Amino acid sequence: MALKTEHMVLNMGPQHPSTHGVLRLELEIEGELVNKVTPHLGYLHRCFEKHAEAMQYNQVVPYTDRLDYLAAIGNNFGYALAVEKLLGIEVPERVEYIRVIMAELQRIASHLVAIGSNGADIGALTPFLYLFRDREHILSIIEETCGARMLYNYIWVGGLSHDIHPDFVRKTKEFCNYFKPTIVELDNLLSYNKIFIERTANIGVLPVDTAINFGSSGPTLRGSGIKFDLRRDDPYSIYDRFDFEIPVGKGLMGTVGDCWDRYYVRIREMEQSLRIIEQAIDHIPEGDVQSAIPKRIKPPKGTVYKRVENPRGELGYFIVSDGTVNPFRVKVRAPSFVNLEVLGELCKGYLVADVIAILGSIDIVLGEVDR
Amino acid sequence: MYQYFYDLTGNTILATLIVAVFPLVNVLIVALIGVYLERKVSAWIQDRVGPNRTGPFGLFQTVADFVKMLQKEDATAKDIDSKLYNIAPVLVFTGSFAAYAAIPFSSKLIGSEAEVGLFYVIAISSLVVGGILMAGWSSNNKYSLLGAMRSAAQIISYEIPTAIIVLSIVMLTGTLSLDKISNMQTAYFWNWNIFGGAEFGITKFLLIPFMVVGFIIIFISTLAEVNRTPFDIPEAESELVAGYFTEYCGMKWAMFMLSEYGNMFAVSAIVSILFFGGYHSPIGYLGNSLGIEWLIPFEQAFWFLAKGWLFILIQMWLRWTLPRLRVDQLMSLCWKYLIPYAFVNLIIIGVISLL
Amino acid sequence: MKEYFKNTWLGIYTVLVGMKITFKHLFTPAVTIQYPEVKLKLPERERNRLYVNMDDCIGCDQCSRACPVSCIEIETVKSIPGEDLGVTSNGKKKALWVTKFNIDFAKCCYCQLCVFPCPTECIYMTDIFEFSEYDRNNLIYKFATLSEEEAKEKKINFEKFTAEKEAQKAAAAAKPKDEQKPAS
Repeated sequence: MALKTEHMVLNMGPQHPSTHGVLRLELEIEGELVNKVTPHLGYLHRCFEKHAEAMQYNQVVPYTDRLDYLAAIGNNFGYALAVEKLLGIEVPERVEYIRVIMAELQRIASHLVAIGSNGADIGALTPFLYLFRDREHILSIIEETCGARMLYNYIWVGGLSHDIHPDFVRKTKEFCNYFKPTIVELDNLLSYNKIFIERTANIGVLPVDTAINFGSSGPTLRGSGIKFDLRRDDPYSIYDRFDFEIPVGKGLMGTVGDCWDRYYVRIREMEQSLRIIEQAIDHIPEGDVQSAIPKRIKPPKGTVYKRVENPRGELGYFIVSDGTVNPFRVKVRAPSFVNLEVLGELCKGYLVADVIAILGSIDIVLGEVDR
Repeated sequence: MYQYFYDLTGNTILATLIVAVFPLVNVLIVALIGVYLERKVSAWIQDRVGPNRTGPFGLFQTVADFVKMLQKEDATAKDIDSKLYNIAPVLVFTGSFAAYAAIPFSSKLIGSEAEVGLFYVIAISSLVVGGILMAGWSSNNKYSLLGAMRSAAQIISYEIPTAIIVLSIVMLTGTLSLDKISNMQTAYFWNWNIFGGAEFGITKFLLIPFMVVGFIIIFISTLAEVNRTPFDIPEAESELVAGYFTEYCGMKWAMFMLSEYGNMFAVSAIVSILFFGGYHSPIGYLGNSLGIEWLIPFEQAFWFLAKGWLFILIQMWLRWTLPRLRVDQLMSLCWKYLIPYAFVNLIIIGVISLL
Repeated sequence: MKEYFKNTWLGIYTVLVGMKITFKHLFTPAVTIQYPEVKLKLPERERNRLYVNMDDCIGCDQCSRACPVSCIEIETVKSIPGEDLGVTSNGKKKALWVTKFNIDFAKCCYCQLCVFPCPTECIYMTDIFEFSEYDRNNLIYKFATLSEEEAKEKKINFEKFTAEKEAQKAAAAAKPKDEQKPAS
């Protein structure tokens, strides 16, 4: 007589120490092996797209900050570029340089959080605190310039809200010099640690065709070996003037496209961001950052889709304008929302502890997923 | 020591009670200082400050935590199995506390001078497994059940390398009594077992690398026995909220914590007795050089506590450096790596000791 | 077989390297600041609680329209000609009585969009961030300097004035009709 067995349904509920926000994952497990993962979203839905229809174009910028709150400058950047394309205005050179430097600083800060929480989920609690101490340096540099540490409202349509602080260049250069040995220390402490490698190598292997079919982007895609970066393949702003490499996952410690590769891509991307900052920081031209900001933004009728490379992937804004001062429709293509779909494919056949490692390596932010 | 108190009072039960109070006081003090030191050491490693507001340098933090736990409401879930639920903390605490009966704190402060002390310690520590399984099952919570299953597998598997290394020491010294093993490594640190034992000769120097290997293996296995990182899967904070004691609150949770710190000290005491000379000092006795005979047991107690605390500090240091192992990797580490190395170690030590 | 020994060696070596790094960090000083006793100096562009200097406010409503969350409520009453409200600090003559100027700091998102449009720079962000309250209604800050009775009085004055003006206009409109007839 055969025993009737059924799979156990375990709920990693909305409140859990290591889902990055309020995400509910329903796992169907058999002992410790996972059969199916179903994410349930919507716990952080704040009707951003509906709010944007009631605001004027420049009032939407504080709302875009709150989408991916760990990388807020990227959100502002994308929206400003989209509306500028709709209006057809050019911004001064100084504005372009400062925007790029701020975006790269923000990329480093966002990757620090991603790597830190990835380590903390796996159990290494110390690198998390070291990386947050480094993030403090970046946040105080930006705080001196625009006044806020996390939700900046800095990149406006047509320019910037403030010119950079007189100390900005000196402090950024100090930070670049401070940060290089820190990456080496992080490598020694976490990346090449045998236990960390055991936990992340050969786990959650994302094959190339699955990645492209699901539409993932950012380090999730580059970890599988594809060299696709919007700053190189669809250049915006002045990224085509700088010389930087695009790190991809090579399967150094396991297979190509596993969690270690995605983690490795993030660390190398931080180094490349430092390279871009060093190339740009000495050549900021003079100018007025607020000269091109229009008094009243009333774009002609039309639609525009503009995409930027956020630290988590491709962030796209689709704006429909009907000729009035309020946008008719603002749709956000959030990278974390699209990357989260891959979770169901990646988790089949792994253990419960691996689900957490995989979720940490995809690096989602619930503010983007739910908008 | 039991004999001394029996002569004093003439009553077996009173003497037993007095003798049992000493390790209890030690466990309480270890838990008190251990919780505080864990938070402070973790803070120093992470470039923070740690508790520093309750009392000078935050010294009363554990007292504050204890008072908080005493006044908590004992909220229990509805569908628990109450008999098992209530017995589980008692069993876990007994398992770790009963091991202190055979551990010598100094040449006069020994609970019971049993001839089979080492065997007794290893056997009674396995009571903890029963308690953990009961706690996990009776909580009526899937997370607790997962944690308890993992913990039971972990503790049972890691008893084996521990036993094998203990066996190799027993082969060398020829006795199972903890007191006699300590006495064989009399004063001066070059007589310690990790440096090859007290007898001077070619065997001493041949033994040193294998003793070091044995020490590393037993240190790792006892880390796993106590559920400390990198083996703290049963209480993995980021995966299972709190593992097998998720549903406990108030004093019952405090019993689990007490037993964890008590176990930590017991296990580091065993390691220090087997390899590092037990309660003997590394540099000779002050009492001997000054001619004060009664000072020696106190000095020995001091050195014993110092060695125990040194290993606890190393355990804390490891906790804040390493990530956590996954359950199947933990099992493969034990069965595929530690046990073969321990067996080979045993055979080679046996061969060398015959020379 | 070789993998086996390599794994063992790597396991021990990388653990020891990690331990060395954390040991070094035991002796670096802490980066924590003991907050209530020691406070960080905030930069000058810091965005915290708003402040409105009512002497300079001309009641133009620009800040209220610029706010994305509608947390500023302004009500104004036109002044009667002949009343002197004073001048702002950069020379403009004020023409509106500001009877209500409420900012609800529970709604404010500290985005600074209200500071830029103000023509007299009377609304600006200070560096005060410790203003928690127990009751949410205490977070509605009322900046208007006119009391209730004064505000009502100004309103009544203005309504009387408009009523008089209407009456005058009606009277003036009625008269020319009689005089125009003989001209045509």
